[in-house]
Parts: sequence; C-alpha cells; structure tokens
Amino acid sequence: MSTYILKRFLQLIPVFLGATLLVYFLVFSLPGDPIVALFGDKPVNEAVAAKLRMQYHLDQPFWMQYLLYLKSIFTFDLGQDFSGRPIAAVLGEVFPVTARLAIMALIFEAFFGIVFGLIAGLRKGKLFDATVLIFSLIVIGIPIFVLGFLLQFTIGVQLGWAKPTVSSAATIPDLILPAIVLGLGSFAYVLRLTRTSVIENMNADYVRTATAKGLSRFQVVRVHILRNSLIPVITFLGADLGALMGGAIVTEGIFNVPGVGNRLYRAVLSGEGPTVVSIVTVLVLIYCLSNLLVDLLYGWLDPRIRYDS
Amino acid sequence: MSASVDFQEAGYATERPLLEIKDLAIGFTTSNGEVNAVRNAHLTIMPGETVAIVGESGSGKSTTALAAIGLLPGNGRVSAGQILFDGEDISNASEKRMIELRGNSIGMVPQDPMSNLNPVWKIGDQVRETLKANGLPSGPDDVAKVLSQAGLPDSASRAKQYPHEFSGGMRQRALIAIGLACQPRLLIADEPTSALDVTVQRQILDHLDKMTTELGTAVLLITHDLGLAAERADQVVVMYRGQVVESGPSLELLQNPQHPYTQRLVASAPSLASRRIQAAKELGVETDDMLAPSETGVVEPSKTDEVLQIQNLRKVFKLRSGLGKSTDFTAVDDVSFSVKRGTTTAIVGESGSGKSTVAQMVLNLLAPTSGKIIFDGVDTSTLNSKDLFAFRRRVQPIFQDPYGSLDPMYNIFRTIEEPLRTHKIGDKASREKKVRELLDQVALPQSTMQRYPNELSGGQRQRVAIARALALDPEVIICDEAVSALDVLVQAQVLNLLAELQSRLGLTYLFITHDLAVVRQIADHVCVMEKGKLVETGSTDDVFDAPQQEYTMALLNAIPGAGLMLPPEVEVA
Repeated sequence: MSTYILKRFLQLIPVFLGATLLVYFLVFSLPGDPIVALFGDKPVNEAVAAKLRMQYHLDQPFWMQYLLYLKSIFTFDLGQDFSGRPIAAVLGEVFPVTARLAIMALIFEAFFGIVFGLIAGLRKGKLFDATVLIFSLIVIGIPIFVLGFLLQFTIGVQLGWAKPTVSSAATIPDLILPAIVLGLGSFAYVLRLTRTSVIENMNADYVRTATAKGLSRFQVVRVHILRNSLIPVITFLGADLGALMGGAIVTEGIFNVPGVGNRLYRAVLSGEGPTVVSIVTVLVLIYCLSNLLVDLLYGWLDPRIRYDS
Repeated sequence: MSASVDFQEAGYATERPLLEIKDLAIGFTTSNGEVNAVRNAHLTIMPGETVAIVGESGSGKSTTALAAIGLLPGNGRVSAGQILFDGEDISNASEKRMIELRGNSIGMVPQDPMSNLNPVWKIGDQVRETLKANGLPSGPDDVAKVLSQAGLPDSASRAKQYPHEFSGGMRQRALIAIGLACQPRLLIADEPTSALDVTVQRQILDHLDKMTTELGTAVLLITHDLGLAAERADQVVVMYRGQVVESGPSLELLQNPQHPYTQRLVASAPSLASRRIQAAKELGVETDDMLAPSETGVVEPSKTDEVLQIQNLRKVFKLRSGLGKSTDFTAVDDVSFSVKRGTTTAIVGESGSGKSTVAQMVLNLLAPTSGKIIFDGVDTSTLNSKDLFAFRRRVQPIFQDPYGSLDPMYNIFRTIEEPLRTHKIGDKASREKKVRELLDQVALPQSTMQRYPNELSGGQRQRVAIARALALDPEVIICDEAVSALDVLVQAQVLNLLAELQSRLGLTYLFITHDLAVVRQIADHVCVMEKGKLVETGSTDDVFDAPQQEYTMALLNAIPGAGLMLPPEVEVA
C-alpha cells in the first residue's frame, strides 16, 4: 500500500511541471501588454514600465521566465501580484473561502443526491422516482448562471431567506445559497448515478440470497444494496471536489464570493502571469490529490481492488 | 438426499407433508400482458425427503422453487393455487411472515457461487448476519462452526477472507453453510453445483447429502440433469414448458418414463447415455447403435494419416505481479498427441487445465512458447500470411457461447456468407446457393437467412455457428465446449448433427470439453488434461473401461448416475 501511495506522489511531479508549463505558456501568449494596461488611460511612463517589466521578468524570453518562476516556487517566494501583495498571502486568503464553499456544496450534493437517488431507485417507476428524475433533468438542463441568478433573486432578494451576496468574511451561513447553486448540477448527477446503481444492485444475485437468509428489507438495503451502490458514486464525488474548486468562478461571480474564482478571473483579465499560474497549480494539485483519495477510498470500499501485490 | 429408499421407513408416510404445492400458477407481467411461467404445478415433499425438479431452461423449475420461498422477481406473482408449508398457505403470505420463515424454516442454496456472495463483505460477515437475523448466537466461533460443518477447512481464518479470495467450490460451500446455518426444515437447492467442475460437483453434492441427512432437512433440488436428479433424490418431478409432465419415485420414473418428454430426456441425458453404454458393454451388448453414428462410411483411404500432430506443446503466460515484476504461469506443459483424419479426439479437463489454450494454439490464434503443431505435414508456426490464410480455410472453430459468437448486427445469411466473401469464393449467386445448402445441412429452414441471432434459440444459433464453420469446407473443426451451453435435448441433437456431418463429409473434430459424458457419446480418442499436463490418452473405450490415472477415475466417477443403471441389475463401478 505505501509503495502505491509513494508511486502516486511521484506521479504528481510530472503532472505539476506539465500543468505549470502549459498554463504559463497560455498566459504568456495572451495578447496585449499587461504593463501598458496597468497605466489605464494615463500616458505610459517608459522608465516605470521598464522597471516593472524587470521586476516581473517580463523582459526575459519565455523559457527564462518559466524557469525563474519555478525557482521562485522552490524558494517559497511566489513573488507579488500587480498590486504589490505577496502572491502567497493572496492564495492563503482566497483558498480557504473556496474550499469552504466547495466542501459545503459537496456535502449538499452527496447527502441529497444519495438519499433521493436511493429512494428513487428502490421505488423505480413510482411517482417519487418520476418526479425526482424530471427535476434532475431540469437542473442539468439549465445553465448554472441562470439558476444562480434565479435563486439569488427569489430566495435572496424577494423572500429574503438568505443574503443575496456574500460578505468579505464569507461565513458559513453566507455561503449556504452559493453552495447549493454550485452543487445543484452535480447533485443531479449523483442522484442519477445512485439511482442507476441501486436498481442494478437490487437485481443482483447476492441481494436475493441475502433476502433468502431471512434479513429484513431494511437490512438488505443498508448492508447489501447501499454500500455496493456507493462505489461509483464515491468515485464521482471525489473527482467532483476538484471540479467544484475550479468551477466556482461563475457562482463566485454571481454571489460576489471573495474566493479563488473571483481572484483568478481578475488575474486572467489583467494578465498577471505568476498569480494565474500559482492559483491554477494549486487547483491542479488539489485535483490530483482528491483523485488519489478517491482511489484509496475505492480500495477500502471494494476489497477486490488492491494496490499492492 | 440419497437414492436409497431408507426414507420410506414407517412413520413418514402418515405424516403431514412439509411442502405441498397444489395447482400452482405463476404469472409474469410483461409489456405484452401477463405471461404464465408455471401452470398447474403440483408437488409434495415429506419431512426429510429429497425431491428433484428436472427440466430445461425456461421450464419453470426455478420459478416454482423461488415461489416457495417468496422470492419471485418483482413482476412475477402467484396467480392461482396454493403453496402449503407445514399446512400453512404461504402463496400470498405477508412479507413479514416470509421474513420469519426464510433462513429459519426454509433455506436456499443458489446456483452461481460467483454472483451470490456480496463481493464487498467478508465471508464471515455474510454468515454472521444470517445467524443474527434468525436470532441465533453469532459470535466468531459460531460462524466458524457453521463454515466448518459445510466442509470449509481452517474456517476461523477463512471467515476473514473476501469472496474473491475463494475458489468456486469454496464459495459454494460457504453458500451451503449460509443456507443450512439456521437448520431449516426445507432447503431449496437451485442447481447448486452446475457452475462447478465435475469432480468438485461430486464432493459438494456428497457433502450436502451428508449434512441434510444428519439434520433431517428436506431438500427441493432443482437441476437440468436427470441423471443427477435420479441419483440424489427420492422423488423426481419433471417440468416442461411451465407444467409438471410427470412425477414419481426416481428409479421408477427412470426405468419406466410415461410422458414422451421424459422418455426423450431419459434417452438423451448425457450422463445416463454414457452410463448406459458402459453398462451395455459390460453385458457384452453391441453398443454401436447407442453411439453417435460417427464411424460409418467415412472417407476410407485417408483414414490412417494424422492430420494434426501436436509435439511437446508448451505455453507460458507472464503474470504481472506489480512494479514491472512478473511470474511465469505454465498453462500448457509438454503436451503431445495426434489426431487421425476423419476421427474425433476429445480433450477433457476441468477449468484451468489448459484445454482451451491448446485449442487456441491449434487454431493458430495464440503462439506456442515452444513445441510444434504440424497440420498436414506443415509446421503451423512457419506459415507466412498467405499460407496462414489458406490454413484458416482448412481449420475452423465452433465456440462455446452461441450468444456471444454470432454478430448481433449481422443477419444469418451475412454471418454464414462472411467466410466465403473473405476468402473470395464464388460470386454472389453461388454464395447464396452455398448458404442455402449449408442451412439444409444443419437442418435449419432456408427462411432463417433473413433472421438475426436474437430471434433464434441457443440450439439454432449453434447450428448457424456450425454452418458458418462448414462454409469453407474445412478438414478440421475445433469445437471448444461447443455444446456445453445447450439444454440436454438440444445438446443431443447438435451432437447427432456433428456426428452425421462427420460421416458425410469426412470431417476431423478436435472436441474440447469438461463433460466426460459427452465424450463417451462422440469421441474416438480421449486426451485427459490436468493442470496443463496431459495425464492420460487413449481410445475412448480404453479410457472409460480401464482408466490408468487416478484423476481420470475421479472424473469418471463424477458423472452423475452411478449405481442406477438401466437395466438396473447391472452393477456399475
């Protein structure tokens, strides 16, 4: 097992290098001069511009810039963003907010998706099943920014049940509505995945055998249907954690959440290469780690899968 | 569960039946309305008695048994009749009542040991929950005891293992342990061994016999094998298309079948047929008419030459064992034999014996690690692509699974025509004529041409597969378990067809099978394989009459139906 985990961590190295190189290259290729853009409408002061270019290594060729960036990572000095704040501090500020949001969304989609999916699967073809299926189709069908604005307006503005925008502290109560919006799409997938999986397992031979043992319906469902059905769902949820972290841009924009998505969006617009690459690299690492976690969970849930030997 | 008549002892006859099924009808709701799977079924099981239901797939035998434990699938229901368990009608009992009865009073041993244990729970957990659900002590010692009673060695440590760490036979023992854990009065055993190797089958059935006799459990045994039913049960019930066509004491039914279907079944069951041949031989009776007509009117002059010579064949597979390491697994180890033109040679063995690997190498689908396969004087490993193409024309396969080996998107004409087209034989008109001839040869109507595989039965599909193999007028046909997936009567028909084609066309068969009973009917020569090695080879008569190896004897003894021969006074070893 430990060799397996070590191997997986070693695999992170090329993924890390590849991701940073690719993102760095993309930012480098963005049209326009970020330093000129900094001056806005004012005339460009060539001396200041040259100094800034040197400070951010923008006067170097691409490879040099990339290598200097790598060096800064390994010396734990990520440099500064255009407003002069250390990038490390920026990361430390925005990631906790988005992590809180993503985990809340994950809890929401996992709990409701699995519960509704289980009930729908057990009552296949009945009213509850049909209703939930149609609802999930609607949720999947409507783009997240439409859903986001809709819920913000009805629940936040008209009904006043939740704050329509998030304060700069981004507390947990603040984030409930954004988390639901962020998790809705995946909730529909989790629901459908659970439902399909439950239906499949209900007809499995070992479920019939379990019933023949004299187990009650509840025991059969809990012990034999639920655990087996959760294996594919857990896989999805783990991979989704990474997607939620990176995919929160739209939701964070709608609710003005001071998180990763918001900051990344601004950094892309202003062409702040080091900031963009730093944020994306952390996102890539989170994605890789959550996938590793899923694979380990998978082995724990399904004893047929073993990573050593 | 024994063929002896001990259970007819005084006392049983006057007791109340443990299970009595009266005029039972079971319907399934489908998109085409209600379909009756079982009609007017009736059977009676006395306490401690073993009753077998025999029938082919779709006969309603499993459905009847599942109704008795209230486990009909969601769209099925008892539409008429009664199921009396110890006098109580449970045909429409509440789920609560059925949960009380299951495990405690009625146990079940299901068919397929691979799919009937939950893969994510330890064996011990799955036994424990059975005990616990029925209010019995369920500590680790109790679990170990139940498992060891079912014949599982080291049961305390085995209980901590997962199903995938068990062999098929061990899993079936675990399932028997679960079925009998609460000492039910009735055990429903649905084809409990049909997924296992023959020698394992025998051990498991013997053990089940012993346990149910000790516990005094009545058994409802579901099987497709009449020989097995007659050997293991006191009473046999024959079902055909949802109806009970005949029932009675097993020996009586076997010796004097009344219904035409039972008569055909008695005549065709491979286990019985092979036992019958053996019995007749010992009486000195001419057995040619009992054998499939394989050696009549064969192309005589070529009879002696050896069309296939297998010399010191070896196949080693590399098994990955993590981090780039690999271990060698020798699937086929130094196998040599030869096949004479116009004869049938059978390779017999259990799963993992390497018999199918040999077949694949002979078909040149898999390269041997060492050794030679000489076909008609030429080493097949030296063939260039053009010669290999010609070789393929002369050696054709028929595979086991008639459902998987035909392309569902091709109609039957295209399926049979494909090899002709590939080998650029004839024009469109002559190919169509050839396909028609082939369909005639395998006794399928020519209208079959326009149909698709999913519209045909298993037997019909296997005939299509035979027609496809014959399309190129091959000299050798490799049959890899070609009849194993078929019902008994269909199996007999296909075997007869193969034998008839052999005598008409002078074909040579290499017949791969796990079923010695089939070998007795069709083969001239037998090669017995065990764990990759050829342990015994000889003419079918020699191998059956005087097996030299212990393993061969074990295989022969495993054919069901020993000791209940027709005529019954003949003693068979």
